[in-house]
Amino acid sequence: MDLTQGTRKEKNSRAKKMMLWFGIISLIMSFAGWTSAFVVSSSRPDWLKEFQLPNAFLISTLTILLSSLSFILAKKTLKKGNNKATLLWLFVTLILGVTFIFNQFSGFQQIINLGYNFTGPTSNVTMSYIYLIAVVHILHVIVGLICLLVVIYNHFKQKYNPTKMLGFELAATFWHFIDILWVYLFLFLYFVR
Amino acid sequence: MSAHADTHAHEDDHGHHHKETFVTKYIFSQDHKMIAKQYLVTGTIMGVIGVLMSIMFRMQIAWPEEPNVLFEALLGKWAPDGVMDADIYLALVTIHGTIMVFFVLTAGLSGTFSNLLIPLQIGARDMASGFLNMVSYWLFFLSSIIMVISLFVEAGPAAAGWTIYPPLSALPMAQGGSGMGMTLWLVSMAIFIASSLLGSLNYVVTVINLRTKGMSMTRLPLTIWAFFVTAIIGIISFPVLLSAALLLIMDRSFGTSFFLSDIFIQGEVLHYQGGSPVLFEHLFWFLGHPEVYIVILPAMGLVSEIMASNSRKPIFGYRAMIASILAIAFLSTIVWGHHMFISGMNPFLGSVFTFTTLLIAIPSAVKAFNWITTLWKGNLQMNPAMLFSIGFVSTFITGGLTGIILGDSALDINVHDTYFVVAHFHLVMGISALYGMFAGIYHWFPKMFGRMLNKNLGYIHFWLTAICAYGVFFPMHFIGMAGLPRRYYTNSNFPLFDDLANVNVIITIFAIIGGIVQILYLYNFFSSIFFGNKATQNPWKSTTLEWTTPVEHIHGNWPGEIPHVHRWAYDYSKPGHDVDFVPQNIPLKDGEEELQH
Repeated sequence: MDLTQGTRKEKNSRAKKMMLWFGIISLIMSFAGWTSAFVVSSSRPDWLKEFQLPNAFLISTLTILLSSLSFILAKKTLKKGNNKATLLWLFVTLILGVTFIFNQFSGFQQIINLGYNFTGPTSNVTMSYIYLIAVVHILHVIVGLICLLVVIYNHFKQKYNPTKMLGFELAATFWHFIDILWVYLFLFLYFVR
Repeated sequence: MSAHADTHAHEDDHGHHHKETFVTKYIFSQDHKMIAKQYLVTGTIMGVIGVLMSIMFRMQIAWPEEPNVLFEALLGKWAPDGVMDADIYLALVTIHGTIMVFFVLTAGLSGTFSNLLIPLQIGARDMASGFLNMVSYWLFFLSSIIMVISLFVEAGPAAAGWTIYPPLSALPMAQGGSGMGMTLWLVSMAIFIASSLLGSLNYVVTVINLRTKGMSMTRLPLTIWAFFVTAIIGIISFPVLLSAALLLIMDRSFGTSFFLSDIFIQGEVLHYQGGSPVLFEHLFWFLGHPEVYIVILPAMGLVSEIMASNSRKPIFGYRAMIASILAIAFLSTIVWGHHMFISGMNPFLGSVFTFTTLLIAIPSAVKAFNWITTLWKGNLQMNPAMLFSIGFVSTFITGGLTGIILGDSALDINVHDTYFVVAHFHLVMGISALYGMFAGIYHWFPKMFGRMLNKNLGYIHFWLTAICAYGVFFPMHFIGMAGLPRRYYTNSNFPLFDDLANVNVIITIFAIIGGIVQILYLYNFFSSIFFGNKATQNPWKSTTLEWTTPVEHIHGNWPGEIPHVHRWAYDYSKPGHDVDFVPQNIPLKDGEEELQH
């Protein structure tokens, strides 16, 4: 594909989509930093080998997978021009996203109830890692939710249509990314000890 | 942002003048050319601070614990009766490193020239997102301000070295600078990383997407290739520093033990257990090593362009140059361990890192030979930009040769943490990148400000700088081999090093002269902005697209349609043409073949 062709507008919209992808690469690198630090630290004598991830994390994984699905449905209905259904699916995504965050926090509570601490003198490093990784991921979900709110507002103002939906697509891409990122993190924390 | 993009959408093929206020033109500008100048001026101011610091600590090393008027005037309570305090010495070394590596040679160099040249040389009206570009600059400005503020903290600025190894950086009570000074350092660097990432994202997508018609990747000037690859390295490596910094902040403020283990302070054991500072070193150097290529690659790009233009010859081995940039970028991410040979890393791992490190000599040598063969039998125009470019090749080779010694784990053990290392990295990335930056400024000053820099002052600037730079760093090899450790506040406690004291005095005198010479450059720079000779449109008779734009800057770069590109960037002295350069926007003549490069 010859990327030098096209009008300025086409080039710019292509550039913005690509910018998000490169941004995602940099986010992946920061999480690669934490997960590889996790792997390196797992040879420490005070590392917890026998430990079950809380059930809430499993539920939250399912929640965020569903939220991605509802975002896909929102996009499909938008492309068909069914604006009401799009709004509905966007709200479903929003609610699932918020539920995900609540689930994460109840997961933290379950870990604390098991007698582990994330920070402070009594903390355990395995738990500190899990906490740090999950909290940073939650921060990204919050950014995703803010984007989603903007998309809902814009959709309410009828700014999107099947030919003009760059903002919608960017938000969707980011949302799917934080979904896949959590699934990766969950599997990582589940299998790597 | 979208409103801005929309106004541009309908003026696809003709630039037009925006109504601009002072604020939108000079302060919150979204025009890449203005942002480039903002980066340059901010970088220059930070550079002055960084160089002044180095002169101060060099004076301390040459004349240890002697009263000094400069210290008394500038350091205040840190120099009682004009004698420099040991804590502030460490802080000066730390902040000098931080400022020069990040604020001058990353933001000042890459920020200035990527912003200036990417849209101009690829034929674009502006960056992909002018808004994010503006945000990127102002975040850099904010981080600079915070770093400068940290110099005035009660307990002193960060003093753990620019590599901020724990525990000095992780325990707020470890030393004076570990408290508020270190916190501000981390805040400043976090903002700096955000700025750098936004900048890099913009550079990468602009190069990929906004090229004018005909500007294929193999017709790009080597400057653009260098900026492009630099930005990709930045996107991959800076986030890892952010990961490390966050773990460090957890240790500092929330009592975790990622990097800390079994530490006693004043006889009392702290609660930390099991952590390892080596983990931090791994994460830090995963950024830290690519960082030196983030510094040097843009300088290499600038030098390639300036050399071809001033030799009136095509660059030798264009594709080999691109391949070596890519090879260097790839290798840069798998060599970080060579900074840690004596940190207790597994010796086997050390030999792996030795192997990958020595591989970098191959693409580096390809580049060095290509520059020399570009000069070979050229019609050399010895203007200041060209002199600095040749100076770059000289210092890059000198510094690169010692890199082979340091990259070998067995040899490194003998000279690790001595002045030999200081000499090596200052020549190969510090002075070289600085020369690249100066070369770029002398060459593109007419494009930036519409006026010429004074040539004669430029000659004096180059020769005195070159003599002083070697005068400072060449003797350091010898005192390093004699075993003198780096970072020490004073060596007078060790009779072993008494014989080296005179060498240190010589080095310091060269450093002082070298610093004073830069005042000449600053005078030249700032006075030429207002009083320099008016520049013509293409003063160096170059082939690249930036010289087809009008001397007076306009938003959108070209008044009419963006020129289309018909040939590669290096058609100098091409047979069959009346002049010795053919700009990229000139169509091929009947029967003329595009050079197979």
